[in-house]
Amino acid sequence: MSIDTAPASSATALDATAAMATRRDIQHRLLMTLGPILAALIIAGCILLAVGVDPLAYYSFVLERGLLSPLGIQQTLTRMAPLLFLAAGLIVAFRAGMWNLGGDGQFLLGAITAAASAPVFVQIMPSWLALICSFVIAMVVAVIWSLVPALLRAYQGVNEIITTLMMTFLGTSLANVLVKLVFRDPGTTVPQTRTLPVEDRLPRLFDTTITSGLLLGLAAIITVHLMMTRTAFGLKLRIVGANPRAAIHAGLGVPKLTIAVFAMSAGLAGLAGAVDILGVQGNVRADWNPAYGLAVIPVVFLARMNGFAAIGFVFLLSVLSIGGESAARRLGVPNHFTLVLVSIVLIVLALAEYIDHRYNQSRRA
Amino acid sequence: MSSASSLSVGKRDIVALEGVTKRFPGVVANDSVDLAIRPGEVHVLLGENGAGKSTLIGMLSGLQQPDEGRILVDGEPTAITSPRKALALGIGTVFQHMMLVPTLTVAENLLLGGPWWQRPKTEELEARVAKITRTLDITVKLHAKVSELSLGEQQQVEILRAMVRNSRLLILDESTSMLTPKGIDELGTLMRRLVEQGLAIVFITHKLKEAAAFGDRISVLKLGRKVGEIPPERFRALGEQTVISEIVGLMFGKQKDDPEAAERPVRTIRAEAAPLLEVRDLAVAPTDDAPGLSSISFDIRPGELLGIAGMDGNGQKQLAEALAGQRTAVGGSVRLLGEPIEALSVGERRQRGFRYLTDDRLGEGTVGTFPVSINFFLKQVGAAPFWRKGVEQRAEIDKRAAQLVREFDVRTPSLKTPVARLSGGNIQKVLLARELAEGAKVVIFNKPTYGLDLANTLASRQRIRDTAARGLAVLLISTDLEELLSMCDRIAVISNGSLVGTVENADDARTRVGRLMIGLAA
Amino acid sequence: MTGLFSEVFLSALLFGAVTAAIPLLLAGLGEQMSEKAGVLNIGIEGMMLAGAYLGFVGAFYSGSLWLGFLTGAGGGIAVALVMALLCVRIGLNQIVIGIALTLGLEGLTALLHHFQFSRSYPRLPAVDVTVIPLLSNIPVIGPALFRQHLIVYLAVALVFAIGYIYRRTQLGLNLQAAGDKPAALDVAGIDVVRTRTVAVLATGALAGLGGAYLANVGAGLFIPFITNGAGFLGIVLAMLARGRPVWVLFGALLFGVCLSLTTAMQVAGINIPTDVIQMLPFLAVMIMLVLFGRRASLPAALGIPYERGAR
Repeated sequence: MSIDTAPASSATALDATAAMATRRDIQHRLLMTLGPILAALIIAGCILLAVGVDPLAYYSFVLERGLLSPLGIQQTLTRMAPLLFLAAGLIVAFRAGMWNLGGDGQFLLGAITAAASAPVFVQIMPSWLALICSFVIAMVVAVIWSLVPALLRAYQGVNEIITTLMMTFLGTSLANVLVKLVFRDPGTTVPQTRTLPVEDRLPRLFDTTITSGLLLGLAAIITVHLMMTRTAFGLKLRIVGANPRAAIHAGLGVPKLTIAVFAMSAGLAGLAGAVDILGVQGNVRADWNPAYGLAVIPVVFLARMNGFAAIGFVFLLSVLSIGGESAARRLGVPNHFTLVLVSIVLIVLALAEYIDHRYNQSRRA
Repeated sequence: MSSASSLSVGKRDIVALEGVTKRFPGVVANDSVDLAIRPGEVHVLLGENGAGKSTLIGMLSGLQQPDEGRILVDGEPTAITSPRKALALGIGTVFQHMMLVPTLTVAENLLLGGPWWQRPKTEELEARVAKITRTLDITVKLHAKVSELSLGEQQQVEILRAMVRNSRLLILDESTSMLTPKGIDELGTLMRRLVEQGLAIVFITHKLKEAAAFGDRISVLKLGRKVGEIPPERFRALGEQTVISEIVGLMFGKQKDDPEAAERPVRTIRAEAAPLLEVRDLAVAPTDDAPGLSSISFDIRPGELLGIAGMDGNGQKQLAEALAGQRTAVGGSVRLLGEPIEALSVGERRQRGFRYLTDDRLGEGTVGTFPVSINFFLKQVGAAPFWRKGVEQRAEIDKRAAQLVREFDVRTPSLKTPVARLSGGNIQKVLLARELAEGAKVVIFNKPTYGLDLANTLASRQRIRDTAARGLAVLLISTDLEELLSMCDRIAVISNGSLVGTVENADDARTRVGRLMIGLAA
Repeated sequence: MTGLFSEVFLSALLFGAVTAAIPLLLAGLGEQMSEKAGVLNIGIEGMMLAGAYLGFVGAFYSGSLWLGFLTGAGGGIAVALVMALLCVRIGLNQIVIGIALTLGLEGLTALLHHFQFSRSYPRLPAVDVTVIPLLSNIPVIGPALFRQHLIVYLAVALVFAIGYIYRRTQLGLNLQAAGDKPAALDVAGIDVVRTRTVAVLATGALAGLGGAYLANVGAGLFIPFITNGAGFLGIVLAMLARGRPVWVLFGALLFGVCLSLTTAMQVAGINIPTDVIQMLPFLAVMIMLVLFGRRASLPAALGIPYERGAR
């Protein structure tokens, strides 16, 4: 009898102390996130010093322009919209153990589809419906684009890293071809698509310049987070990601789930492209490729594939890039510095996690 | 370093452990263990899982370092800091999990470890191998890829590798667990020849019979401590049965007979009852790495325990997977309660009461990083009451999981603990709980006690007997003939993807099953 | 259109193809070595950029192209050292660190270039070619293949040297074991971490050399993001070639021809966007994968850090 009750009582005892443990856990997480970011800022500051720029002046300028000035914060929040969609797409894929590195191609094709369709739709239907239709077909095109890697992975076991990378090269070129040959605006000399009039774009929030795409992005990433953590479907995807053989053993239809993952991941990337065009850009110029897809990958890792943490990191990345773009104009530091900073944060954070893990191990021993 | 020195050492210890202690987070794996290893002797290390055998081997082969105590080699205190050092000292190890590169040939595997800038010296190797294989009377296909060899052949390659490297101490870690009865006998003969040549052998096992059959000296480990040793003189003086009961005394602290040979309770199965499971002419196509199945037919009645005996890799896993729906069958029919289920998916078969307990607990049975609670419901994701409209009901899951933890005596720190942190026996209990919980009608157990310690083995067997006693149909796949003989009503033998015969588990079953296994008529 | 298939045009096309193929070849060979040893090296783009930048700096300040190749390889090795420390020695996630290194080096080289060269955009003088007697007189392919810089011949020779290493030396066995069954290599007395470190550093050297070639021979100058995905193409080539260096050579030449064709078409004034031709090699590979998509036979332990005694 004593054996029977032992495990259960220890389980309830642990649940009772759970609240306290969670609080300590959150403190620890915060420390483990902010500490490395601070360290990375210092290391990156040293690089600035080496090229003869005052790091404090640079950081405060970036902060001022990206976060504190009214115009800057509005730009930052606007920039977040496509990044949130992309991050949501990557969370689905990475949690399911699939390395969709083709986000940029899917993003560009979504963008070009939206840019090509919206100006046509607004002439034949109310602009709210036109926007919805554009979003839908941008998503559909991106999903179709991901079908090849998805089918190859699902039914042939071809590694998706290589196929999505190739599809992103292909997609980037295809987007350019489409701008130059198919959807080119005859009214301009530079190759670009027809421009969606400002009044037909996604509405702005209140009296600001912030796009309402931000709200769509937030909704997307929170939905994805809840789906992955709270639903049966999300659990199935996580099983596939954590142990594909267990998924087969448990009777999950792994090929179909694989295709679903690619479809959702690519669809969200396509929506990211659409939200950027329909909310901000209005058209696609030839050779336009902001390479958001690659930049968001570290963000998702930093957030440990948690949707809420990803919102925070996307915000940080937006501050850095908006502030960095201003700093490029005013201080003469190219905004490529943002890449350096993100990369150092990522490496330092990975190192910190490793050290923390080792420390815990030695303490337990 | 040279093979000649092994003879000159004479009766002195090649390797001796003095007060060796090794700690891991949360456990003391070895607690001041003393051990003397002499040339010309098979020294059996006997103990249950978790007794510290593997850690001891890890330290002898340079994979781990002792925290306290010292290791003497030829009487000199020596630190075995790396596998390379161990090899240089003449200590060769055949690990429980094969340590050969599957994509290289046997010759290339034997050559692995030479100076990196050199061309592999194939001719030299061939000459040496020819000499060694002649004295040991074994044959080895030098130019075959390792992935094409059977497990027994791979093991011979590993022993050969130790010989090519002039080992004078050969460590065999759980070497019989993957072998057929015939392979085990051959290994015994081979060990005898090796010790006659002056080698020392450390033979690790948790099977009493093998220890008694092959050993010259037996050391018993229990919970990291050495609890006793039977030197060769005593060994010879006592009979096999006496030795076994003495070892059992050392391992369990009280005298009793071989605990593995529990009496099989005589059950009466109503012969007139309709079979719960009927399999007719089931066929599966062979794949690159697995044999196919051809015309498998059998019935299991309610309350009946049918065993599948056979050497590992003869299609047992394919059979289990085809029945469970994980593997596509190319022909035949499977009926559950008279209803055909061969077209149904894994999930649908499970819903109708068909359960499959896999032998690969961490590889496919569980998701190691997920909490214990979720692992109970891996095969029911989305089902009420644990999910409603696709949304997880955490309270329901935890409530039921706590129940199962109690009912199946799963020792876990909490329901949230990642299942991979539990011991093998407790992971098996999680699987048992999952497969035997409500609605089970037919259960396949695939090697249910493989790698478990004695206590968990006995507990698992009891669960299986209880399952049959509840009136379920049970298919028990095992490579352990003793296990089948002690539990089953009938035993079918699988060989090369087909059932070569079925025998009633009567007094002569052992010989009849044995004859079927080596290809003779029963 | 008449000039399209003239001898001079074809020769120029082929010459350009070789020039474009060499960086891809070096990157592909490098990536292949890492993968064989079980390290998925996504940071190779960063290694190429470091090689391109430092290669250019070395050649520009010393005036010696060879010193430039040396500093370029050194730059690649420096990045590879970080990768080896983080991913091989302490076992951090190879994809995370690889992407971080690529992004970081993209930013860093652009930043340094901005402060150093952005006002002047200095160029290196045109490179000397080594003319191989007799062979160089063959029409069309002679001038294209046998009037190249010495490093081109060396790079092709490297293909066969590496092939020899894989098939005929202990080192080749060690690398393959490190990728397929590292534990077996460990118990054979060879240090897995050291073997993989060597492979990653060699990758860095090859990728750095490829980057230096791109900047010094191909372009004659450094511009930010000069590699433009060449490293990622190297990953694609290595995965498709599955351990055989000669296949990397063929693949690199195929991509090189397509890249060269885009320039040639522009010169010939043909009105097709260059993007169409840039798509061709990828299309070809994807179609091949769809038609013959077999299970990619990648090393079993690819991407998994080795920890001794871990089960």
